[in-house]
Amino acid sequence: MANTFAYAETRAGELRRVALEAVTAARQLADASGGGEVHALIVGAPGVAAKAEQLGRYGADVVTVVEDAALDKYSPEVVAATAAQLIGAGEFRVAVFSASAQGRDLAPRVAAKLGVSMISDATSLELNGDSVVSQHPVNTGKVIATVTLTGSPALVTIRPGAIAPAEANRSARVESGKPALDPASARVVPKELIQGNTAQLDLGEAPVVVSGGRGLKVPENFKLLEDLAAAFGNAAVGATRAVTDEGWRPHSDQIGQTGRLVSPDLYIACGISGAIQHLAGMRTSRTIVAINKDREAPIFKIADYGIVGDALEIVPVLTEAVKEAKKE
Amino acid sequence: MKIAVCIKRVPDMETRFKIATDGKSVDQAGLKFDMSDFDGYAVEVALRLKEKEGQGDVTVISLGPAVVQETLRKALSMGADRAIQLETDSVPFDGLAIARALAAELEDGGYDLILFGRMSIDSSNQTVGPMTAELLGLPCMTAASSLEIADGRATARRELEGAAEILEFPLPAVITIDEGIARPRLPSLKGIMGAKKKPLEVRPAQLGEQRLSVKQMELPPERTGGRIIGEGPDAVPELVRLLRIEAKVL
Ligand SMILES: Cc1cc2nc3c(=O)[nH]c(=O)nc-3n(C[C@H](O)[C@H](O)[C@H](O)COP(=O)(O)OP(=O)(O)OC[C@H]3O[C@@H](n4cnc5c(N)ncnc54)[C@H](O)[C@@H]3O)c2cc1C
Ligand SMILES: Nc1ncnc2c1ncn2[C@@H]1O[C@H](COP(=O)(O)O)[C@@H](O)[C@H]1O
Repeated sequence: MANTFAYAETRAGELRRVALEAVTAARQLADASGGGEVHALIVGAPGVAAKAEQLGRYGADVVTVVEDAALDKYSPEVVAATAAQLIGAGEFRVAVFSASAQGRDLAPRVAAKLGVSMISDATSLELNGDSVVSQHPVNTGKVIATVTLTGSPALVTIRPGAIAPAEANRSARVESGKPALDPASARVVPKELIQGNTAQLDLGEAPVVVSGGRGLKVPENFKLLEDLAAAFGNAAVGATRAVTDEGWRPHSDQIGQTGRLVSPDLYIACGISGAIQHLAGMRTSRTIVAINKDREAPIFKIADYGIVGDALEIVPVLTEAVKEAKKE
Repeated sequence: MKIAVCIKRVPDMETRFKIATDGKSVDQAGLKFDMSDFDGYAVEVALRLKEKEGQGDVTVISLGPAVVQETLRKALSMGADRAIQLETDSVPFDGLAIARALAAELEDGGYDLILFGRMSIDSSNQTVGPMTAELLGLPCMTAASSLEIADGRATARRELEGAAEILEFPLPAVITIDEGIARPRLPSLKGIMGAKKKPLEVRPAQLGEQRLSVKQMELPPERTGGRIIGEGPDAVPELVRLLRIEAKVL
């Protein structure tokens, strides 16, 4: 019985949610295709081994821990060499990574080292005969492709949020591994990790996204959106390119074709016209609310609920109403 | 500095796509095409590096059928010096197949820098750049949102979810370009005229085996939006009611 590999992504010594998603996806695939073990890899500074137990809870049978003081930050060449060595040495049918920024850097390096192709940004994953089959949004999400990959091992990156972490209650066997490349000889050297506000939810993970456009007029007015996000309690604040171009918000907050893709339960667009490149990043949100003073703004065409009017007047009233609703 | 930029021709995303009768591709009728967004950024980065140095040579490369020459000509009219078409009947979906063909072309080119877009806007695979780097054995930085080059070393930034990281690496190297460094210039009339005289070579591509393919394409369900519930702050109570009772998100 072939095994399934999962890469457990960390940042600053902490497991990321996408690590649990990758292990969950691997567990579900293994169970659906007749069993086999799930082997997870976790790389980091000494101490990261403490996270192995949690990976077991989400379905890993074996966790290989690679600890090295020089690996406190993600080192692309070292992690790629280590993952490729591990995957190449085992009987793995499928290797699962997240389609996070780190996973999208790592997985293609590993695939090329192993001389295999890979599926990117999968929203589903199954084995069908001698193929791995996934759905993968293409053309900025306007078309859904079903793709098949033959050959073994098959590498796949899973879209963050597509597979919810689920506990499977295994107790993982922990094995310690070594970096396949001496960190000191890596050519690409990680210099600095710039942490954003860690107290804030990530845009890709927040169930509610409150987003602002040029219609907010001045950067200070984003405070209104932050207050609304705080009233929800489970929200993050996003922006359009018009806003990030002006430097009102960092580029990392940009949602759209050339920014982040988000798919929250609720997306509230304030002072956003609804350009096609913006829609590309949020079209798949479950419920969309638009607040815009122009009744003809294209954002209303895809909004479930639209309010015509001045966002600067409406948002504070909405914030109070959400606070009230949350009290009940 | 000798720089190569790999660019892809993609459909204009403003289009309302239709699925072709084969059920696994997009109907090409009436589509407009252009250079993939991030590849435009990469061409601009190459041109600015050359301009800053006051010398250098920028080669643009595209793999695909004869129509990709249009995209190559656009890059030439922006200011690239030469172009290479790696000729295939169609563009494969398998990133490794494309990477192999590009690596074979780039291998003996003597490039100091090989640039890619972070991701092609149609396939959304984001694999060709780092795969090509591995095949060439070159250092690779993906999704660079800022880039400084001095004394044969580069420092670049990559955006992460709610964070960012800074990495350093020596040239020659492969870099895939994210948004944030440079917006592509529009070709000038002079550029367009000049592009016609610049060299464009056509060579057969060595694609090899393809293991990743598209089996089916479909359109996602259409959103049924368009409901305006009211005007001004007075509409807020109705919105909250709908969010609670209908959408069940509050
Ligand atoms: C290659 C390329 C890639 C791109 N990628 C992205 C991307 O990833 N993400 C992205 O967002 N954009 C992207 N864009 C830009 C996109 O085309 C639009 O220019 C941008 O999304 C517009 O931002 P906006 O809605 O904030 O501004 P505008 O289009 O200027 O809209 C402002 C809106 O605010 C409304 N308004 C004004 N005042 C008020 C008020 N007081 N209250 C309420 N409403 C008000 C106006 O009616 C208007 O509808 C890209 C463009 C290109 C060419
Ligand atoms: N057919 C192609 N010809 C030249 N470059 C390509 C081609 N396909 C992809 N690329 C390059 O690889 C990058 C990533 O593409 P992808 O892996 O398809 O997302 C693109 O932004 C281009 O720089």
